[in-house]
Order: sequence, then structure tokens, then C-alpha cells
Amino acid sequence: MTTTTIAYETVIGLEVHAQLSTRSKMFCGCSADYASTAPNTHVCPVCLGMPGVLPVINNRAVELVMMTSLALNCAVSSYSKFDRKNYCYPDLMKGYQISQFDAPIGLKGWLDIEADGEKKRAGITRVHLEEDVAKLIHRVGFDGKAYSLMDVNRSGVPLMEIVGEPDLRSPEEARQYLMKLHTILQYIGVSTANMEEGSFRCDANISIRPVGTTQLLAKVEVKNMNSFRAVFRALEYEAKRQGDALANGERLAQETRGWVEAEGKTVSQRSKEFAHDYRYFPEPDLPPLNISREWVEKVRAELAELPDARRDRFMNEYSLPLYDANLLTATKTMAEYFEACVKTGQPANLSLTVRAKQISNWLLGEFSRLTNANLIEVNQAKITPVMLCELIDLTQKGTITGAAAKQVFETMFSTGKPAGSIVAEAGLSQISSASELENMAAKIIAENPQAVADYRAGKETAAKFLVGQMMRLSKGRANPQIATELIKKKLEEK
Amino acid sequence: MSDNLNWLTIHAAHELLARKKISSVELTQACLDNIEKVEPKVKALVTETADFALAQAKKADATIAQGKATPLTGIPALMKDVLCTQGIRTTASSKMLEKFVPPYNAAVIEKLIAAGMVLVGKTNLDEFAMGSSTENSAFFTTHNPYAFERVPGGSSGGSAAGVAAGEAIFSLGSDTGGSIRQPAGFCNVVGLKPTYGRVSRYGLIAFASSLDQIGPFTRDALDCALVMNVISGQDKRDATSAPEPVPDYTKNLNGNIKGMKIGIPKEYFVAGMQPEVDTAVKTAIKKLEELGAIVDWNVSLPSTRLALAVYYIIAPSEASANLARYDGSKYGAAFLNTDSMWEGMEKTKQFGFGPEVKRRIMLGTYALSSGYYDAYYLKAQKVRTLIRREFDAAFTKYDALVTPTSPTVPFKIGEKANDPLSMYLSDVCTLPINIAGVPGISIPAGFAKGLPIGLQIIGKPFAEETLFRISHAYQQVTDWHTRRPMI
Repeated sequence: MTTTTIAYETVIGLEVHAQLSTRSKMFCGCSADYASTAPNTHVCPVCLGMPGVLPVINNRAVELVMMTSLALNCAVSSYSKFDRKNYCYPDLMKGYQISQFDAPIGLKGWLDIEADGEKKRAGITRVHLEEDVAKLIHRVGFDGKAYSLMDVNRSGVPLMEIVGEPDLRSPEEARQYLMKLHTILQYIGVSTANMEEGSFRCDANISIRPVGTTQLLAKVEVKNMNSFRAVFRALEYEAKRQGDALANGERLAQETRGWVEAEGKTVSQRSKEFAHDYRYFPEPDLPPLNISREWVEKVRAELAELPDARRDRFMNEYSLPLYDANLLTATKTMAEYFEACVKTGQPANLSLTVRAKQISNWLLGEFSRLTNANLIEVNQAKITPVMLCELIDLTQKGTITGAAAKQVFETMFSTGKPAGSIVAEAGLSQISSASELENMAAKIIAENPQAVADYRAGKETAAKFLVGQMMRLSKGRANPQIATELIKKKLEEK
Repeated sequence: MSDNLNWLTIHAAHELLARKKISSVELTQACLDNIEKVEPKVKALVTETADFALAQAKKADATIAQGKATPLTGIPALMKDVLCTQGIRTTASSKMLEKFVPPYNAAVIEKLIAAGMVLVGKTNLDEFAMGSSTENSAFFTTHNPYAFERVPGGSSGGSAAGVAAGEAIFSLGSDTGGSIRQPAGFCNVVGLKPTYGRVSRYGLIAFASSLDQIGPFTRDALDCALVMNVISGQDKRDATSAPEPVPDYTKNLNGNIKGMKIGIPKEYFVAGMQPEVDTAVKTAIKKLEELGAIVDWNVSLPSTRLALAVYYIIAPSEASANLARYDGSKYGAAFLNTDSMWEGMEKTKQFGFGPEVKRRIMLGTYALSSGYYDAYYLKAQKVRTLIRREFDAAFTKYDALVTPTSPTVPFKIGEKANDPLSMYLSDVCTLPINIAGVPGISIPAGFAKGLPIGLQIIGKPFAEETLFRISHAYQQVTDWHTRRPMI
């Protein structure tokens, strides 16, 4: 018996929903801050969908979608409009969602990503604006009966949908796309893009097809993925499930499947054959949006530098290696912290590029280690850019040793005190006095006869051990160069 | 005299109030007394707000005493029960909202209360403003004060009948396809549907958002202008309200319409039109000619015949979405004792909505469905554009167009109740005006065997002033508008 194996390729397109960082809701004046307040307190007749109320467009939300469109290389439409998407669900106050159907704000853009060492340009179909729905909280009562509670605070929070082209060919590409998109949204400040809190949500459309063909087999929509890792795992699972099903001669169904994180699998939620008919039609309560070139330019001027551009600039302006530039620009806060450090200036005898590299080393080293270990954001650290640069200066001038600097840094990190006072209080300034160091070296030689003997027997490394002992004795304050010279001199003396 | 106060016009009552010949409490009490007398026969009111009215009247009298009276200070009025009133139930004449008490006022209510209006009651209508007779009210049918066995028109039948029967000095209604003008014509009062965008819709329970407009019922053109002075203007809560400045609508009511160009579109003199109506309308037009207007009797608006079809696609489509919110989960009627949430929502709609509302939700849902959208909704929108252009073109030649308000006099209760199509046809002269978004007014123009006949005057967008001028001039030389029903 012979079997022929057909090679399949995976085709993935992502739909991302991101809540916009506006003060008020999409169509009323209520605060959009729905999470940090008691249920049903940020509500009004408009977002409750009461009889007779009317929506009013939040222009800032429109601007944030324009800004996102520009960041994603989309064309911003001069004519856009809102539509009603009709469906029935208790979390939808009006019985329809105000969304955008055939005239979205942003159209046809792209996102450059890098996955498995290869660069790739993934298409963006559209970016549009809509409103979020209320939150249902499902509970079980004392009598064992299920019931649901409704929190309307989230109803009407501005929501942006970014629909990607089916250009992604692997779960890893999908993850890279999502992470890049996430970084950009945070960078330009349009969304907090917090996946755990639900302000950044992703649905995926995935299908497979024999390599070399263009016809797509049944498309499956995967929902309920709450982290980058979940997206990766769910898509990996789904690609394999579809491949296995075809290999077993099964027919794939067009359906919606939910990712079950705990079980590491997707399960069927609903068949697309009973797909909703949303009966879209233009929202008669809102006039169309006419977006002038002037308005687009105003928003463009407000658009922050994007991560890729900033990375390239860091490499050009500060001669940083790609590795450093990538990490420093991975988040907006880190990039801004870095530049704030650079702006504090450097001693005359030091070039900008040397200082920039020194700052980068600190930020990517000790600074990142401690922020990660303490689970805090860069901008929450007690160390300010000015304080970090003072520390670097103290090291540079030889006031403290590199080893002592690490201790000072840790103290600064936990207390927020400036480096100078920590050094003074702990007596950490470097010992360069010849007589003090001579005495110390003599003591070390006298206390370590075995090491001295080893050295004299030709074991060069014994000298390093002795220098180390001397650093320990001085609590890291001995000038390492002078200490090494003195130890060597003493060893050669007999 | 005091038993006749309720029959005053706004301007006459204001005169007496300002000169302290009468008080607002007296005026209000006269209306309340008359309500007690006529309401059992007319049934215009869903809710009477006597206590609230008298409290407001006292406040108004205090304002008047300070010499700060404005034209509507202390004037009793009725509001169609689709206009949300804070703390006063607002039912849309539907079981769905029978006990709904809004926590906010509609924009027009806010403005009128600020202007000193005294709210006497909320008026009956066809459920959710869907109908032409008030027979679709979930509660009861309103009777025409001129003939109790006949309808007052609809959907704002209660607001028209209330003013006609002397229950208040003026009222507000809403007009989606003729719901102010047709009942105004049937009840011998003045009724204006303003230009779309002229009056804020905030707080008006929506039927068809792109067609709905709020407007007044009054006893003459000057009164109508006075009410429009208060309720017009842009409102930041209604994105479709227009920024056009609001003129003083009373300013040019000088009786002079010499040289004004008036067109008579022949398509509005439809087959099946009652001869008495035809005669009365033509007589009224000749009166305008006598006043110096230049009348062109041969105008054609050929797309008019399509307006009814366009209307019965667009209005139900929008309604099908507007009424989706009534599911029992938030306010209004709710059927909670069901096995599942979905069953509860279904039952709420099943028992909360009446047959005409269900019919229109079905029509609209069908027209918007995938596969039908292009053939119905999209096509209807294209024809709507054609109709608008036809009006635009006509208004390059004419200052106003004049037509009958309705092809018939008020019909008998029950006569058309089981024939929706013939009911729909009673709005054939008024629908195109909503489709075009232009203003239209109906004024009393005669009687046929004691039954009122309305004359419709249609104007350019935001040219309500022209409509008032023509109406006012006509009312200077006729007395139809001063006639009262025998009740």
C-alpha cells in the first residue's frame, strides 16, 4: 500500500478589536473608564439605549482611528459613515450596534513583520470604528440556578476593529503580526491594548490548502484567545486539526470555534451555515463623516514616531547595534526613558555614542532585570533618567568601581535616593590611596600562603584569586587596576 | 368669559395674561374643566397631568407678575405621548411602554418648559406613531371632535383632537409621513411638519429616524410661528439637527403675498379624491390668487407616485432597528416568568407590540435582509434622491407648492382598520414631503357636510417663514380656522 502525502499551507487572517483611549464614550458624554468603577455608574440614557435618545459622534475617537490608519499605512477615506449592525443580544442596549460597514475610516494598509528570520509585509484590509457592548456576568445562585448580571459601563466605549488580509502563513507569523500591532497601538497612544483586561482582543480566520493552490478550503473562525501565546497555540492546534481531518478523509466545516486554554484545544461553537444576517444599513441618526485633508494632516502631525522608524533613528543617531536598538524601542516608555537619559548630556571627554551605549547597557542590563523582577513598568521606576546618568558619571570619573555601581544601583532602585548620597552614606567611594591599598595587599599575601605558593609554582590564575580576595576585603571599593598591580608586585617580590 | 378661555389662541391668551386680565391658573383650570367635559367623548389623552399643570401655572403667574412673560408663559399645551417627559410616563400608546417613566425630557419639552409652557396632558396616538387614525393605539381610539364616529387622523390624532376640542391652547405632534398634517386637516387646526433638522429629535421616541420631525398644532398661523420660535434650532444632542439660524417667524406676517409664486402639482389631485375636497382646495387656491399670488396650475412632480412605495420601505426598515431595543431587559414591559432569557425576550415582543407595529417590523426586516437589500432599501434610497431633486427643481420656480392635505375628509372609525393598504393611501399627499425633507403645513380650508378639509402648503428647506406668511394671509380673509366643533 502506498500513501501520498499532500503538503498543506496555512492561511491566517486576524481581526483585532482595540478599545480606544478616549475620555468619554463613543456616542455620549459618559466616562469611558468602565473598569475601575462600580457597575452601572458610568451610564446615561444614551448608552442605556432608552427610548428617544440619539448618538453624537466622539470626534476624538474618529481621530484615533485616523491615527491608527496612518500608522498602518492605510488610506484615510475622505468620506466615511456609520451603519447599524442589527442583532439581538441582551448586552446590546439598542438591539443594534453602531458600526461601519462599507465606508470604513481606514483602507488598504500594511504591517511589516519578521518571523522565523524572514521579513514579511502583511496587508491590512480596513480599520473601522464602532461601539462596545455591555458586560454580562454569569453567576449561579444559592438555589443552584444560573443567572446573569449586566454592567452597562462598557456599553458605548469606542472600539476600533483592524481587519488583516489573509496573508499570514504560520502561527508564528500571526503572533509576530499581533505583537507588532500591539506595540504600535501602545506606541501611538490610541489604546492601552491590554489583552488580559480585554482592551485588545483577537479573532483569527484560519484555513489550509494544498501548497500551490489558491482555492481556500473551509474557513474556521477561532475566538476566545486571551494572550499572544494563546493565539499561537490555538492556531498551531487548529492547523494540525484541519490537516489531520483532511488526511483522514473528513470534510471540514465552515464554523466558529472557541479556544479552550485549559485543555489546549478548540471546540466548535456555531456553524456558519446559520450565519447571522446583520441587515446593515446606514445609521440615519448620524450624518456621514467628511474627513478633510487638513484634518488628516493635523492628525498626522500628532502621530508619534513609530517603533521601526525610531529603531532606525537610534542606530543612525547613536550608533547603537541593532540588538540594542530593537530592545530599546520595543516599548514606547523604554525608548522615551532612553532618550531622556541621552538628553541629560555627557562629560566633554566622552562622545555621544559612547555615552548612549553606556546608557543602553544599564537599561538593558540591571534596569530591565530589576523592573522585570519587580513586575513594574519602566515609567514606574524610582530611578529617574537624571539619577541614572549621575551614577554613570560617578563610575566614569572613577569615584566608584563598576562593582560598587551595581550595589548603588540596587539601592537607588529600591529607595529612589540619588547615587551621590548612597555612595557617601555607605562609604562606597573607590580606594585609590597607595598606602591603604599596600597594607591591604600585604594582608592578603600573608593570609593566603597556599595561593602564593601556587602562583610561584607557575599557576597564573592564583593571582586573580588574590585580587578577588582584595576586592572582597575592600567591599568592592579597591581600584581594581591598582589592586592587580600591587598584588603582582608583591608576588614578584621574593 | 372664563368658560371660553380654553378656546383662545396663544397670542390672544398672552395678551390677556401680560395685561393681567386673566391668570395662567385660570386659563389652565378652564382647559382642565373642559377636558373633564369633553374627554369622555373625544378621548384625546393617555395621561392627564392636572397637578403638574396647576403647579406650572402658578410658577408662570409669578413670572408674569414680575413682568417677564414671554409668548408661551402660562399657556396650557398637550404633548404627543412619544415626547419623553421626565417623571411623567411616556407610553407611545403601546403596551410595551405603558408604565415607562423617562428619566429625562425631550429637547422640545425642555425648551417649552423653560419658555413657561404649562403641560396639561400627554396625547393618544397610533402605537409608536404607526398609523393614520389612532385606531392602532394599544389603549383606545380618539374621536374626531367634529364627528365622534369618525377618526381624528393620525398618528398624532390625540394632539390634533385635543386642540380642536379646546382641551389646551396648542400641542405638539410628530410627523413621519403626514402624522401632523393629516390629523390637523381632519380636525380643522393648523399643523406644521418643519424641515427635517429644524427641530431637535432628542427625546422623541423614534419611528423612522430619517423622516421623523416634531411640530406644532395651533389655532392659527401666528400661533404656529410663536411655537416654532421656541422649539426650533440646532441641538448638540441631535447630530441631524441643522445649524441654520432661527429667524423670528412672526416677523413678516403682514398679510401681503403679492407676487409670490405658487405651484399646484397635479399629481396630488389623485384618483379617488373626494369632489368636496377637490372643490374646497381649488377655492382656497383661488383665494390665494385673489391675494396677489401668481399661481401655476400646471406643475408636475412625476416621481410623486413613487413616494408611497419608497416610504413603506424606508420607514419600516428604520423602525425595525429602532424598535429592537424593546426586549424587556431594561425598561418597559417584560415577561420574566419564562424558562429562558430568549423566551422572555420573544414573549415581551409578542405581547408588547400590536399588529401594525409587528407588520412594519416584519416589512422592514424583510427589506433589509441580505439578498433583498439592493432591490428594496437601496433602490428606495435612490428614488428618494430623485424625489428630492424634483422638489429642488420645483423650488427654483416657485416659492411654495399647494395641495390637498388628504384626498378625503375624516373617515369612519373601523372603515379602514382592516385594510392597511387603503389606510396607507390616506397619507399619499403628505408622504412625499417627508421623503424630500422639506417643510409642509396644513391649514383649515373648509368643510364638507360639517367635516373639515385641510390645505397643504409646501416650502423650500428652512422656509417655514414662507408657509406662515401664506397661511396667515389666507387666514386674514377666511374664517375656517376660527370655527369650533359642536361639543
